[in-house]
Amino acid sequence: MPEVASSQAAHTRNLTGETFPRLLFHHAQVRGQHPAMREKHLGIWQTWTWAEVAENVRALACGLAELGFKRGDNLAIIGDNRPRLYMTMAAVQSLGGVPVPLYQDAVANEMLFVLQDAGIRFAIVEDQEQVDKLLEVREQLPQLDHIIYDDPRGMRHYNQPFIHDIEAVMAMGRIHHQNHPDFLEREIEQGVTTDTGVMLYTSGTTGKPKGVCLAHQAFIAAAKGGCQFDQLTQDEDILSYLPMAWVGDHLFSFAQALVAGFTINCPESGDTVMTDLREIGPTYYFAPPRVFENLLTQVMIRMEDAGAIKRKLFAWAMDVAKRCGAEILDGKPVSGSDRLAYTVANLLVIGPLKNVLGMSRIRVAYTAGAAIGPDLFRFYRSIGVNLKQLYGQTETCAYVCLQPDGQIKLDSVGKPAPGVEVKIADNGEILVKGPMLLKEYYQRPDATAEAINGEGYFMTGDAGFFDEDGHLKIIDRAKDVGKMANGAMFAPNYIENKLKFFQYVKEAVAFGNGREQVCAFINIDMGAVGNWAERRGISYSGYTDLAAKPDVYNLIQECVEEVNAQLVHDGMLADSQIHRFLILHKELDPDDDELTRTRKVRRNFVSEKYAVLIDAFYAGKTSQFIETQVKFEDGRVGKVAADLVIRDAKTFPVVRQAA
Amino acid sequence: MSEQNQNGRRVGEVILDLQNISLRFGGVKALTDISFNVKEHEIRAIIGPNGAGKSSMLNVINGVYHPQEGRIVFHGEERKKMEPHMAATQGIARTFQNIALFKGMSVLDNIMTGRITKMKCGFLEQALYLGRAQKEELAHREKVEEVIDFLEIQHIRKTPVGRLPYGLQKRVELGRALAAEPSLLLLDEPMAGMNVEEKQDMCRFILDVNDQFGTTIVLIEHDMGVVMDISDRVVVLDYGKKIGDGTPDDVRNNQEVISAYLGVAH
Repeated sequence: MPEVASSQAAHTRNLTGETFPRLLFHHAQVRGQHPAMREKHLGIWQTWTWAEVAENVRALACGLAELGFKRGDNLAIIGDNRPRLYMTMAAVQSLGGVPVPLYQDAVANEMLFVLQDAGIRFAIVEDQEQVDKLLEVREQLPQLDHIIYDDPRGMRHYNQPFIHDIEAVMAMGRIHHQNHPDFLEREIEQGVTTDTGVMLYTSGTTGKPKGVCLAHQAFIAAAKGGCQFDQLTQDEDILSYLPMAWVGDHLFSFAQALVAGFTINCPESGDTVMTDLREIGPTYYFAPPRVFENLLTQVMIRMEDAGAIKRKLFAWAMDVAKRCGAEILDGKPVSGSDRLAYTVANLLVIGPLKNVLGMSRIRVAYTAGAAIGPDLFRFYRSIGVNLKQLYGQTETCAYVCLQPDGQIKLDSVGKPAPGVEVKIADNGEILVKGPMLLKEYYQRPDATAEAINGEGYFMTGDAGFFDEDGHLKIIDRAKDVGKMANGAMFAPNYIENKLKFFQYVKEAVAFGNGREQVCAFINIDMGAVGNWAERRGISYSGYTDLAAKPDVYNLIQECVEEVNAQLVHDGMLADSQIHRFLILHKELDPDDDELTRTRKVRRNFVSEKYAVLIDAFYAGKTSQFIETQVKFEDGRVGKVAADLVIRDAKTFPVVRQAA
Repeated sequence: MSEQNQNGRRVGEVILDLQNISLRFGGVKALTDISFNVKEHEIRAIIGPNGAGKSSMLNVINGVYHPQEGRIVFHGEERKKMEPHMAATQGIARTFQNIALFKGMSVLDNIMTGRITKMKCGFLEQALYLGRAQKEELAHREKVEEVIDFLEIQHIRKTPVGRLPYGLQKRVELGRALAAEPSLLLLDEPMAGMNVEEKQDMCRFILDVNDQFGTTIVLIEHDMGVVMDISDRVVVLDYGKKIGDGTPDDVRNNQEVISAYLGVAH
């Protein structure tokens, strides 16, 4: 087959400059029969080998070219983690275009800005729901030429000529490939490593989202560094369930998978992740802290319902794990009796527990995105899950600091990753330099110039410092760090995170910049507090009702006072003790713009929206009436009103050592 | 043959014709001289106040009750006395007002029971799981998985039905009816006791079933908003008599219907 031989030669000739399409076709050659992707469909895991993925990508790319996709075009990808959507990324890159994944749960109007900003001509979406969203705003997107959908369900009556079934596009591509067998090879050859490989939009915590252009070489450098650091091989299995628009998912499920050649597994649906996790048993796993927290909460709730013997056994095993589990994981010396106890506990409780959690095979697990509670972190490490923290931003391919095996500190994010240079500016801001930095913000030279300083350092906007062992500690966003009226440092995130470490507190917002005292809004965790209330026979009708119960206030007050007790020992933050707090009558929600899609609090928005509550704090009132508009999932608008109680919390006197 | 109606549905020929149906339980007249028909692919609603005879009507259609008078013509054939299981083999499936699922069985198994009329293997073959039984089970399982996928209940596939919230149980019941691949689907208050969001989901599923599989649907429902939104034609019963029949708009403006629902000033 002379044709195949020549196309293979074309590949080897060009492997010097690595791009993701080249990596893909390389895997298709050297490990063609190895599984590349899996997805559960109709209850059965379907597998695509690397060779099949390459064929699909080729068909998709040729089909897109047939539709008129050109080098330099941006293509929007909107949907849950589906194999074909990942393939689309590689297909678009093969043609020299740029995939732009969007958060799939955003409403049409939120997507509009990104679609306009990126000048989207082509969009590949998951299903009818996403097609409808695009049609809703289509009039404001004159440049949008083609919409391609992956799931044909409900699409029978959509006969607009610009809407295509992905199967039809791929069929077209296969014909195109027969007629022009060397078309795609030549397109891939034209790609260079400095081309933008993907564009990820920042969540827009501050102002409009910005498109972060990340070159092939940046993500490849970040992925290679990570793979070496944790010795990831082609045999890893990973569950791809976090939004494709998020930099972490792109790093783990796309970049690292293509660099190391391991298998990604897509869940059946958003609701089945837990089951899918157990069935796949990933060896490499990423989850934001709240996922780890939910898992643990579920286990604890189920344990409380178990029989007395089982509960005793569980408590004993957890004690043993707490005593020596983390040390055994880190390979530190442990006494013979502890080791024996751990072996028994592992056999009876810990092993089965890990199996239920789907964590039996995990070699490396990471968490990031928010601070993780020390108890939570310790729990997973004590049952032998090698959970570590990392630190990074969209602009750095989520690759700045990693915790090395055996050197885990609860409150640090680890050491600078291979190839990364980290520096602390005079104002405490963390500066980063390395091959993984962004190329630019899309069509925003002003923002690019602002983010990268004259010496080529990216300014992360986070404040932090290195401890004595060279581990980086993050305090807060540099711009959020303020000063209280007496000049003491005020780091709201730091306080909020301490509050959120309690299972009963879901969200917290602290105020105190320029004020005499720190006050805080609290959102209770409906699951944990609801269960707590149920066990005490406290009846409630819904969130608003539960949040206003005096018993719940007492419960939260205990948490707040415990945080105060911790803060008093925190030296420079001792003045940030929380004097007054209230429990909000509604949950902060991305639909109401109070949180970003990645569930970070929009601090300024919240303080403006609830200004009347903040005034009440500092006016010394004991309650305040408030009425708030809420948006429901279907777009309807309703109102929630409540008379909120404001409580004083006990604070502790600050003992200052004489200077 | 088929025409597009105002909802864009391709409504076909009459497939079920009920003529002068009267049903009595001893001296109680449940249904008196009721006639209406159901056309292929349409969504037909039966409404009426409590005790109007709506559920009795459904029970007549699927052969649980045998009317003392009247003719039932299904697919052009006049129905003789018949048992409910024969209705099932003829392609009629239903859900119940007060959920009738096997509470201790998983969602998967419950839906699998909907396939019972399609199973050809004997009891012994199935018990021993011999060659043919295995193949058959796999084929049925695939069909069930399609239903699960359609109704988006993958996450509760293995959950015992008794542990599910009400709204989801209703969905499972619909799933069991769908597993029988019916040509006529009878839904007895599919949205009773649901919140707004669950109702919306259920409406979408009913419309999708009708659209994708071309299933003819007869439903009883109290939520007038739902009825007016999704049905093509509406029959109104009151005290066992038919007092209205027509498109949602016709029915809405029918004086007798308004009186039955709102009462009349005397």
